[in-house]
Amino acid sequence: MKEGFRWRLAVVLAVLLFGAAYVLPSLPGVKSSPLGRFLPDSTISLGLDLMGGIHLTLGVDVDKAVENSLAQMGQDIRTMAREKDAFVLRPRVLPGDRIEFVLAKAEQREVLGELLAKQFPQLSVAAPQTTDDGQLRYVATMKPEYRKNISDMALEQAVKTIRNRIDQFGVAEPDIRKQQDNRIQIQLPGLHDTQRAIQIIGQTAHLEFHIVRDDVDAEKAARGIVPPGTEVRPMVRRGADGSQSELPLVVDKEAVLTGEYVADARPGFDNFNQAYVMLTFNSRGAAMFERITQENVRKRLAIVLDGKVYSAPVIQEKIGGGRASITGKFSTAEAQDLAIVLRAGSLPAPVSVLEERTVGPSLGQESIDKGIMAAVVGGAAVMLFMVVYYGVSGLIADVMLCFTVLLILAGMAAFGATLTLPGLAGIVLTLGMAVDANVLIYERIREELRKGHTVLSAIHEGFDRATLAITDSNLTTIIAAAILYQFGTGPVRGFAVTLSLGIIASMFTAIFVSRVVFQAWKGGSGDKRLSI
Amino acid sequence: MGFSFIRHDTNVDFVGMRHKAYVLSIVLILVGLLSIAFKGGLTYGIDFAGGAIVQVKFDRPVADDTLKKSLEGANLPGLAVQRFGEGETDYLIRISNSDESTDVIRTAVTEALKANIKDASFEVQRLEMVGPKVGADLKSKAVEALYYAVLLIAIYISGRFERRWMASAVMAGTLAGGMYLLGLIGVPRLWLVPFSLVLTMVLCWKLRLNFALGAIVALVHDVLITLGVLSLLDKEVDLNIVAAILTLVGYSLNDTIIVYDRIRETLRTHRKEWSYAHIINASINQTLSRTILTGGTTLVVILALFVLGGGVIHDFALTMLVGVFVGILSSIFVASPVLLHFGMPEEEKEPAPRVGQEGAV
Repeated sequence: MKEGFRWRLAVVLAVLLFGAAYVLPSLPGVKSSPLGRFLPDSTISLGLDLMGGIHLTLGVDVDKAVENSLAQMGQDIRTMAREKDAFVLRPRVLPGDRIEFVLAKAEQREVLGELLAKQFPQLSVAAPQTTDDGQLRYVATMKPEYRKNISDMALEQAVKTIRNRIDQFGVAEPDIRKQQDNRIQIQLPGLHDTQRAIQIIGQTAHLEFHIVRDDVDAEKAARGIVPPGTEVRPMVRRGADGSQSELPLVVDKEAVLTGEYVADARPGFDNFNQAYVMLTFNSRGAAMFERITQENVRKRLAIVLDGKVYSAPVIQEKIGGGRASITGKFSTAEAQDLAIVLRAGSLPAPVSVLEERTVGPSLGQESIDKGIMAAVVGGAAVMLFMVVYYGVSGLIADVMLCFTVLLILAGMAAFGATLTLPGLAGIVLTLGMAVDANVLIYERIREELRKGHTVLSAIHEGFDRATLAITDSNLTTIIAAAILYQFGTGPVRGFAVTLSLGIIASMFTAIFVSRVVFQAWKGGSGDKRLSI
Repeated sequence: MGFSFIRHDTNVDFVGMRHKAYVLSIVLILVGLLSIAFKGGLTYGIDFAGGAIVQVKFDRPVADDTLKKSLEGANLPGLAVQRFGEGETDYLIRISNSDESTDVIRTAVTEALKANIKDASFEVQRLEMVGPKVGADLKSKAVEALYYAVLLIAIYISGRFERRWMASAVMAGTLAGGMYLLGLIGVPRLWLVPFSLVLTMVLCWKLRLNFALGAIVALVHDVLITLGVLSLLDKEVDLNIVAAILTLVGYSLNDTIIVYDRIRETLRTHRKEWSYAHIINASINQTLSRTILTGGTTLVVILALFVLGGGVIHDFALTMLVGVFVGILSSIFVASPVLLHFGMPEEEKEPAPRVGQEGAV
């Protein structure tokens, strides 16, 4: 008995020490104090619903990435076929991951067939059909494994780009992770300007340079009639008052240069204090830019971002040095954000916001205050009740309750769990449920005393008989909590964590720790009375 | 010894009151179900139905009507305005599902408020938008959670009470197989939840797992009444409510387990002298004080959460409050008396294994 008591006491003290060590760093001021060096690093972090911030679920349109890839393949087939003197016409993306193109001369069938088999293993090509004018019409389908590859890469690339953008934007501890169904979950604690955040994260930022065709009849163009190889792009015009209007502009369909070659982008101010974005190309881009400007002097170069023309300056002379600027009556913030986005690179596919949850800082603080208030009042009521109802034993139960809360917090810190508002509710709930175990034991002890048992044997019986029932009855709640953890989202998970930690901690304190306390209290004495 | 609310020699004839209790329970369940049916099912919050909510806080009171009028021109689909918490400063603006991005909604709301409410300034404290896809996903996850909870708990309690784990294994196998088959023929998950419950009850009946059957009846009883109350009060079911209900499922079994253990203990000692009804009634009375005390302390903290915890978890606390309260009553008036109708369990073969460790409280 005495031996058993010693190691039990040792366990209790060790757990107490562990609890304190893990909880202390989360208290303000402790971590930076000299004591902080001896304590574990992990602290309890607050969820977005308590500290404020933005939670976003983005859907990546991987179909678009697949479509882009197919369109690119069409162009590649055309270029490569031309090298072998075969003419492939009108490559066109069809629904269902298919691409259609036409071979001008049917007798070159074998040349093209060889090229397709060798260079485009990712396509499965159906037997071509002869059209009315003697050409061959091909339809090729992208192989599923290659499609998966593309969509995986698009998602990967999107996550990387978004992380890059957020890092440049400067958010402390962002959490960005891939989810199933081509989704990305983003958590930005402490950030509140959702509009700006979404603008930066969600912009595709596909930058292209197109030569403007001022020789095309503007009136016809307005009606949608344009020469082959050109297309109409809207040009954004901004009034001095910030109003926007769009003007159609005819440009060459094929881009002469894309954002791929941008090495750096910085906001700048011109002589009129108007913000613009300064682009620096990498060496390859710089060479291309020099050649393009040289070949197109006196023409206009349209700078197209996500399909819209931002500016179309006239090329006065060959531009070396690989620098260009995007103007467009930007505000300072807009220029800054555009620079971030261009620096970080474009998204491989458009993204859309599927879910957004924003909590302002004032509401977060309010929730913390109210949650703590509820915990204090609820906890105090329960503790008061226990003392009044069970006397000194009730006091022991109250100490156990404090121990339980300490262990919950320590457990959260140790596991790096996040405290959310439902989590806080879970702690409050635990305050009420934790004393259940004590009540069960005490009621049993009372019963044994009534039966005429001595104090010691009543305590012994009470603890022994209650132990299994307490474990069993709590197990159902733990099952529920485990399922909540498995299926729940952020805040609900926080609840599952505090609830299960609370139940486990309360079982430990009620069954194990309080028994040690009772043993220490009554174990040696032959006391005939027990305050319970 | 401290004092007690309930004298240890209390002897109320709960079993005798069972018919009145059943009638009350059935009426409560029916009223709830009728309310759900009348309102065309439970109302889902934006977590499941999709849509948006904007929580705004004004620096001085603004009347409901003023707010409603000022937003009417903003062209927000399915607009509903609801006071949040006490006073006329906090409001919840709901917008039904639409293709509008959050930006559009935010701008529309703020512009309309700025233009029409001149004498009070406001702050957007919270904005949540759930798209239809995410809503559908969250819903199927919630249903899956309910489904597995029912399955696991059914298996656990069927084995737990009579320590007949073989029967429980049979149960697990049949349930898993049956649900798998139903899933194969395309029965939606949501329907699998009641299906598995009914199947569990039938199996318990066939396998003569009386205590398990009683526990499940009590559990279904508690959850149905809670859902009915939510429907009557026009509360929306969202993720937090599902969490509350799952917790209730776990928690409401606590009391039932305690009373049942006592019944089994009394059965062992007094099988010969007392009638089953008497044994059950004595057990309820002996455990009455702990049933009320444990439930009571839990109710106290939930009440604190309900009153002081703030608007965001108000409905969560309400669900728990109703559920725990009903749970206490049901473990006294429903779960135990209902055992009578399943017949007296056979004598346990091994006489009270591991006395001293196992034991009723």
